[in-house]
Amino acid sequence: MNRLDVFTLFLFNIVVYNIPLLYGTVGEIIIEKSGSLNLGVEGIMAVGAIFGYLVGCYTNSLAVGILTSFICAGLFGIVFAVLTVTMQANQNVTGLTMTTFGVGLFFFIGKGLSGSWPVMTQYASVNDGFKNPILIPLLSKIPVLGKAFFSHNILVYLGILIAVGVWFYMNKTKAGLRLRAIGENPAAADSMGINITLYKYVHIILGSGIMGIGGYYMGLNLGGSFEGSNCWINGYGWIAVALVIFANWSTAKAILGTLVFGFFNTLQIYSGSLAYAFPKALGFLSKVPPQLYQALPFIITAIVLILTSVRKSNKSAQPAALGLNYYREER
Amino acid sequence: MAAEYAIELRNINKSFGSVAANKNINLTVKQGEILALLGENGSGKTTLMNMLSGIYKPDSGQIFVDGKEVVINSPEDSKKLGIGMVHQHFKLVEIFSAADNIWLGAEPGDGGKKAGLSRVLLKKERYDEIARTAEQFGFHIDPKKPVQAMSVSEKQTLEIIKVLYYGAKIVILDEPTAVLTVQEIEKLFDILRKMKAQGRSIIIISHKLNEVLEISDRVAILRKGEYIGTVETAETDQEALTELMMGKKADLNIRRTKIEKKNPLLEIRDLTVKNDEGAIAIDHVNFYVRGGEMLGVAGIAGCGQKELCEAIAGLRKIESGMMNHNGESIVGLSPQKIIEMGISMSFIPEDRLGMGLAPSLSITDNMILKKYKNNRLSPLVDRKTARRDAQEVIDELEVVTPSAEIPVRRLSGGNVQKVLLGREIKSEPNVLITAYPVRGLDINSSYTIYRILDDLKQKGVGILFVGEDLDVLLALCDKIMVLCHGKVMGVVHASKTTKEQLGLMMTGVLDLSEANGKTAGIAKDSNIKEVQP
Repeated sequence: MNRLDVFTLFLFNIVVYNIPLLYGTVGEIIIEKSGSLNLGVEGIMAVGAIFGYLVGCYTNSLAVGILTSFICAGLFGIVFAVLTVTMQANQNVTGLTMTTFGVGLFFFIGKGLSGSWPVMTQYASVNDGFKNPILIPLLSKIPVLGKAFFSHNILVYLGILIAVGVWFYMNKTKAGLRLRAIGENPAAADSMGINITLYKYVHIILGSGIMGIGGYYMGLNLGGSFEGSNCWINGYGWIAVALVIFANWSTAKAILGTLVFGFFNTLQIYSGSLAYAFPKALGFLSKVPPQLYQALPFIITAIVLILTSVRKSNKSAQPAALGLNYYREER
Repeated sequence: MAAEYAIELRNINKSFGSVAANKNINLTVKQGEILALLGENGSGKTTLMNMLSGIYKPDSGQIFVDGKEVVINSPEDSKKLGIGMVHQHFKLVEIFSAADNIWLGAEPGDGGKKAGLSRVLLKKERYDEIARTAEQFGFHIDPKKPVQAMSVSEKQTLEIIKVLYYGAKIVILDEPTAVLTVQEIEKLFDILRKMKAQGRSIIIISHKLNEVLEISDRVAILRKGEYIGTVETAETDQEALTELMMGKKADLNIRRTKIEKKNPLLEIRDLTVKNDEGAIAIDHVNFYVRGGEMLGVAGIAGCGQKELCEAIAGLRKIESGMMNHNGESIVGLSPQKIIEMGISMSFIPEDRLGMGLAPSLSITDNMILKKYKNNRLSPLVDRKTARRDAQEVIDELEVVTPSAEIPVRRLSGGNVQKVLLGREIKSEPNVLITAYPVRGLDINSSYTIYRILDDLKQKGVGILFVGEDLDVLLALCDKIMVLCHGKVMGVVHASKTTKEQLGLMMTGVLDLSEANGKTAGIAKDSNIKEVQP
C-alpha cells in the first residue's frame, strides 16, 4: 500500500465510521427543535439497530432492514412522546429511562437469540448491499477525494441526504417554521391554532426513526456480530447529543461536525498506519499512548461543549422552550 | 342579517382548584362597538376573555357568537369564529421576524386560495404580502425585523396586525395600555376607532378609568369574579365607575406630606453607565435624594432608568462617577453590602415577571431570600420571623392570597408586585429605589402603594421613584428629575411645574440642567467635599 492509499483510506473511514453519528444528531435536532430534550438517543439507536439487523437478515434485504430500523425506533420513540407530551413527565428522566430501556432490550433480544444469531455474511443481499460501494459518476474518478468521499455505501448517502433535506424542511417550509415556533414559544404557536401535540408526536417519531437507521448502520459496520457485552451503539448516542450543541441545532452544520469529530475518532485506528506512511510529518502519532486515542473522542466532546458554552448566548440557536413541557391552561 | 350581539355570554363559570375565577357571568358585546371590561386585579377579566380565545374552557355556561351557540375548545376554534386576542404577555416568537410571526398561523388570510407549493414553502414574497396587508390596515412595519429588536409598542402593533390578518371581526385587547407611553396610547386609540369604523367589535380590558371613559361605548364591570353590570359610557363618570368596580367609594387624592428638610442621603455625581449592548445609558448624571424626600424620575421608557437603578443597587458596573450614601462611597460594593447599608431596590420590569422574586417559592420563602443572613448565629433558616413578616405584608398591603405558603406565581400580577414592594419595605431601608411599582396595578392597589411610600417618607426614608404616569409623579413626589437619552434635563419642584413642561423636557426640547447658572442635581450642603470642575 503506498502512502497516498493510507491517507485515502483514512479519509474514507472517517466518513464510513462516523456517519451513524450524523443520523443520531439529525434525529435529535428534529426532536429538540420541537422543544423536547430527548436523552434517549443511545437507547433508541440500539432498538433501531437490533430490529433492523434481525429483520434485514431474515428477509435478506438491506432496504427492509433500513425501513424496519426506522419504523421500530420510531415506534419506540412513541413511548417518549406519550410520557412527556401527553402525560407531562419530566423529559430528562424519561430520556434516561429510554436509554436504559432501549439498551436493555438490545441485550435481552440478542442474548435470547444467542444460538440462532444470524451471521451477516450468510445474507448476501444485506452483506453485499452494504459493502459494495456505490460510485458517484464523474466525482468518484477524482484522485484521492473520489475514493474518500464519493465511493460509499447507500447509508452514507442517505444520511447526508436526510441531513440536507431536514435543513431544507426546517428553514424553507411552513411546517418547519411552525415546528421552530413550537420549540421557541409553544404558547405563541398554540394561539395561532397550531396543533402542538400533533407536531410534537410526529417529530419525536420522525427523529427517533432517523436515529434508528443510524443504529442499524453501526451494527452493519461491526459486521453484525453480537458479543453479549458491548452494545453496538457504544456511547455514540451521547456524543450525538453533544454534537447537536456543536452544530448549533443546524443539520447542515451537523454534517461538518460529524466529520470533524470523526477525524479525531478515526485517528485512534489509523495513528500507526499514518505514522508509518509519513514518518517525517506524522511520526509523532505512534508515540502517543493508545489510551489517549481512546479517550480522544470524549475529550473532544468535552472541549466542544466548553467552546460552545463560551459562544455568546444570543448566537445560540437553542430552542427557548427546550426541555419544558407545555400545558395550555397553566397559570 | 347579523345578530344584534357579536358575543353573548350566559352564566359562565370557571374555577381553578377551589378558587372561583368567574361566577355566573353574563356579558354582551354589540356589533361594531368598543366595550371596556373593567375590574380590579384578580376580578376575572383575563380568565373570562381567555375562554373566548380558547385558552380555557368554561366549567359551565353558554357562549354565542353572532347569535349562534358555539363551543370553543382551542385557540384554533376561536380563530375560525373570527375572534382575535392580543394578550397582555405577547404571544410572539422572539427570534422570528415580524412576517414569520404572522405567517406561522394556520392558513393565510386568503382562505387558502393560493395553490400548491406557495402554501408549503417559505417564499420571500411573504415579506411583501405582510407589509402590504399591514399597509391596508394603516400600519407601517418592517416585515423582516426580528421581534427581539422591537419596542413594546411595536410588538403590540404586530399582535394587532396578526389578529387583523386572520380576519378577526371581534378583537380582544388585554390591558393594552399598561406598557405604553402617552403618545403611543393615543396612537392605539386611533387604531381602535378605525377598527370600530370598519365594523369590528372590540373588547378592551382595562382598569384605567380615564382611558375607559375616553375610548369605550359601554363599560362592563367585574368584581371578584362576579358580573356587576354594564353601563353606557356617556352616562357615567369616574366616581360612579370606581364605586361599581370596588363596591365602595374611594378617595382618589394622592397624599403628599411635606416634612422637614434633611441631609442628602444618596448623592450621585457625574455617573456614567453603559447598557447591555455597551452603549452609554446614563450620561454624566447628577442628583441627590434627602432623607424624607421623594425624588421622581420621569422619562420615556428605556431612557436609562433600568441602568440607573441597577448601578445604585450594585448590580451593574459603572463607567465613571461617584455614588455616595451618607458621605460614604458605594461604588464597587457588592449588592449584599449595599443592602446592609440600607439601600433597597425594587424594579418592576415591563413584563412584570421575574425580577426579585422566585416564582415557585412561597411568600414566606421569598421573604427569607433577602433576610437569610440576619440570623447569623444559627445555620438554620429563621422561618418564624419570615412567616410573621409575610403575614404583615399580606395584611398591610391587602395581598389577596389563601395563605402565605402558596407559590408566588399563583398570585395575580398585582399581588405579586405588592409582595415584592412589601419585602423591600420590611427590610427597613433608609433609601428605597422603586421603579414602576404600580405598573399594571388597579386603582385600589395603586393608591395603597402611594400611601405606603408616603408613610415611609414620613419616617425619614429617601425615596427614588421611577414612574410612568406624569399625573402621579406630580402629585406624589417632592421633586422630579427628568431623563432624556440618559442625560438629566433638569430637576424641578413638583409643585412648581406642569405636565406640559415635563413633556417638553422628556423629549429634550427643554433643557433646564444648567438653569440659573448652576448645575441641576448638586446639593448645596453636599457630603462630597471635592469640587467638580
